[in-house]
Amino acid sequence: MSNSINLKKGLDIPISGAPKAQVSFKCALDVVAVFPSDFKGLTPRLLVKEGDAVKAGSPVMADKVHPEILLTSPVSGTVKEIVRGEKRKLLAVLVESSQKQEYVDFGSTRPENLSAEQIRKTLLESGLWAAIIQRPYGIIADPALKPKAIFISSFSTAPLAGDTAFTLAPEFEFIQAGVTALSKITDGGVHVSIKDDEFSGSAFHRLENAILHSVKGKHPAGNVGVQISHISPILKGETVWTVPVFLVSAIGKLFLKGKYDLTRKVAVGGPEANDPAYAEALPGTPMKAFSAFWGSAEGLRIVSGDVLTGKAVGENGYLGFFDDQVTVLKEGTEPELFGWAKPFRFNQFSSTRSYFSRLCGKKRYNMDTNLHGGPRAFVMSDSYYSAVLPMDIYPLYLVKACLAGDIDKMEQFGIYEVLPEDLALCEFTDPSKNDIQDIVRSGIDIMIKEMA
Amino acid sequence: MNKIFEKGGKLYFLHSTVDAFETFLHVPGTVTRKGSHVRDSVDLKRIMIIAVLSVVPAALFGMWNVGYQHALAVSGPGAPIDILGNFWYGFLKVLPLYLVAYIVGLAIEFASSQIRHEEVNEGYLMSGMLIPLIVPVDVPLWMLAVAVAFAVIFGKEVFGGTGMNIWNPALLTRAFLFFSYPNHMSGSQSWIALRKGEALLDGATGATPLSMIGDGADALANAGVQYGTSLADMFIGTIPGSVGETSVIAILIGAFILLYTGVASWKIMVSSVIGASLVAWLGNVSGVSDIPVLMHLCLGGFAFGTVFMATDPVTSAQTETGKWIYGFLVGAICIIVRLFNPGYAEGMMLAILLGNTFAPLIDWCVVSRHTARRNKKVKVA
Repeated sequence: MSNSINLKKGLDIPISGAPKAQVSFKCALDVVAVFPSDFKGLTPRLLVKEGDAVKAGSPVMADKVHPEILLTSPVSGTVKEIVRGEKRKLLAVLVESSQKQEYVDFGSTRPENLSAEQIRKTLLESGLWAAIIQRPYGIIADPALKPKAIFISSFSTAPLAGDTAFTLAPEFEFIQAGVTALSKITDGGVHVSIKDDEFSGSAFHRLENAILHSVKGKHPAGNVGVQISHISPILKGETVWTVPVFLVSAIGKLFLKGKYDLTRKVAVGGPEANDPAYAEALPGTPMKAFSAFWGSAEGLRIVSGDVLTGKAVGENGYLGFFDDQVTVLKEGTEPELFGWAKPFRFNQFSSTRSYFSRLCGKKRYNMDTNLHGGPRAFVMSDSYYSAVLPMDIYPLYLVKACLAGDIDKMEQFGIYEVLPEDLALCEFTDPSKNDIQDIVRSGIDIMIKEMA
Repeated sequence: MNKIFEKGGKLYFLHSTVDAFETFLHVPGTVTRKGSHVRDSVDLKRIMIIAVLSVVPAALFGMWNVGYQHALAVSGPGAPIDILGNFWYGFLKVLPLYLVAYIVGLAIEFASSQIRHEEVNEGYLMSGMLIPLIVPVDVPLWMLAVAVAFAVIFGKEVFGGTGMNIWNPALLTRAFLFFSYPNHMSGSQSWIALRKGEALLDGATGATPLSMIGDGADALANAGVQYGTSLADMFIGTIPGSVGETSVIAILIGAFILLYTGVASWKIMVSSVIGASLVAWLGNVSGVSDIPVLMHLCLGGFAFGTVFMATDPVTSAQTETGKWIYGFLVGAICIIVRLFNPGYAEGMMLAILLGNTFAPLIDWCVVSRHTARRNKKVKVA
């Protein structure tokens, strides 16, 4: 069964530095970090101390509210450091990897033969439960709940995102196993969205135990939130789960091979990346391991994730748990003389026609991190923003409700359906330069606090 | 920015002003701190400069027309077109209006930004561009200054500045003038700029064609001996009126710029024309008036208001459906005022201000319906 979703709204940002379809290297295992802050809604409790020996898959942290949710070490080795911040807040656990990788054995079985209870148990014990994101709010999934359905987007439309046809097609067997496992823990089925133009040619269209949807359109068509809103919008009181597709593969690997292996092909791109391509890495890999792509990080911004939603971690940072992309940008600290007043500005991209970049056709731009203006009150009307949001909501109304902290209004305007990433393009195009994702995030935080 | 203008510095109270001038010359090297790491190169300065540029054809033509109307009124029909001479005459008449509008308005805007510790919003550049074009060219400058101050302070700053205002500040300026100093705002003396000691030619009138429409098409045809009132005259704009409003051609050039760049909404413009045409046509059919529909669209401030003022993104409706309703309302009310209020025929100012007032309500209805429909769909599913 398949349904076709054709999205007209959206915007593909033409940023240069798309990765070539080749794996340049496998990141060396050195020190790997586990960050509790990668998981929204998780309050960490430490399970290890410095010097402890761990295997790949050994728990290092648990959630205080749901102690059965574990975060596990992606490598085997010894706990090198426990990083704490103000008021001894737990920030990260650093694990120094050993030469030989040892894995905790979770037992290899085909997920078809397991019960829902066994699948839950394995996911929780292995630490892969943390891969499940619960909507509304984008928090770590509550094991006591049964979601309406589980949604997986098999592709990403984010700027410079990796091509899953390249990265994941060879892992089809694992993805199938992962989908089968997930289909057991929900009654609503697993919905998988496939890029329309490669639907029949895509490996994913052979998936079983899933409801397939073909999705066509510009970014954010690949965002699972946008797909959910077209497949089955989230209503008040409902919960759905989503899993990034490369972590579905990890779930499959867990069941078929019995080990916790989160190795992923990370797309390294961006205007400042040398020979942009892929590198194999684990979550928590230090950015230094990728430094072959940029040499000196002087004046650069290293982003774990894509340019719209990623985190600027810097050259001493680490790859996020949910990231399979690293973007290298120039810091745009150079003032531009007469910038906005130039009639043409061929080297700057604008989604509007107020510059003539639309006439440049398919040109790709070396974008940097310059804000291109100063913060202002919202001036443009709602339709300016909804032009890049293919969802049945009024983005500006939602954003203003979030600013006001008005729970009723946020509910009415669709706060349950969105995560900040879905409105990232509104933030990109906003001429008033508001931090829209941050506003939505604070709105969601208010909802979590007030509705708990 | 120099340290003394930063927080804690001696001249911190000037930081908004310094920032405004600094960023006027170059895009600063500010980088993104939160959220999306790259941003669109468009900003409000660019959007506002495009809006301002779109008004330039109407302003230039208006200045020439001020001179031309003066020549007609003094020496009768057949006065030379004299592009440079007439333009210079008009330019000297309009320049003081621009100086007053920008100096008073921007001073208040800068001071308010300072008080709110914000950067100066570019919104007033557009308002200041429009104000001299919609007031009578002979308006005393002190009146204009008072009106601008009123409109900017009570129409905008008290709500929190550009983006938060309910009414279009330029129209509020005009409304203030109109209700406070009606003698200077209508009648036959206001619309033609004479030099000291000059008198109108015998039979010439300063009355605009629009003020004649209450008396029907015949009266309109004989409005003034010195200028023509055919449809072509009105389309080209060689008639008396507010500086910028007369030439439909110049306004259409502006409309093209606004629509091509996407700065203004075509939905508002189209639905405003539909609304006005429909009411004008109904007026014709029911015998209320014998002014042709096309004439209504070219007369007075309708075209200018539709293109440059009704489309203000802050004060117009926000939603797509709302824009259709809002535009229609503006166009329809404009013609209704013209047909049924012969005392003051210019309906566009009140129509847009009324449209601004109703815009939030229109949006509220559209959004509520949308929410209700969503909830219903949900219950069925």
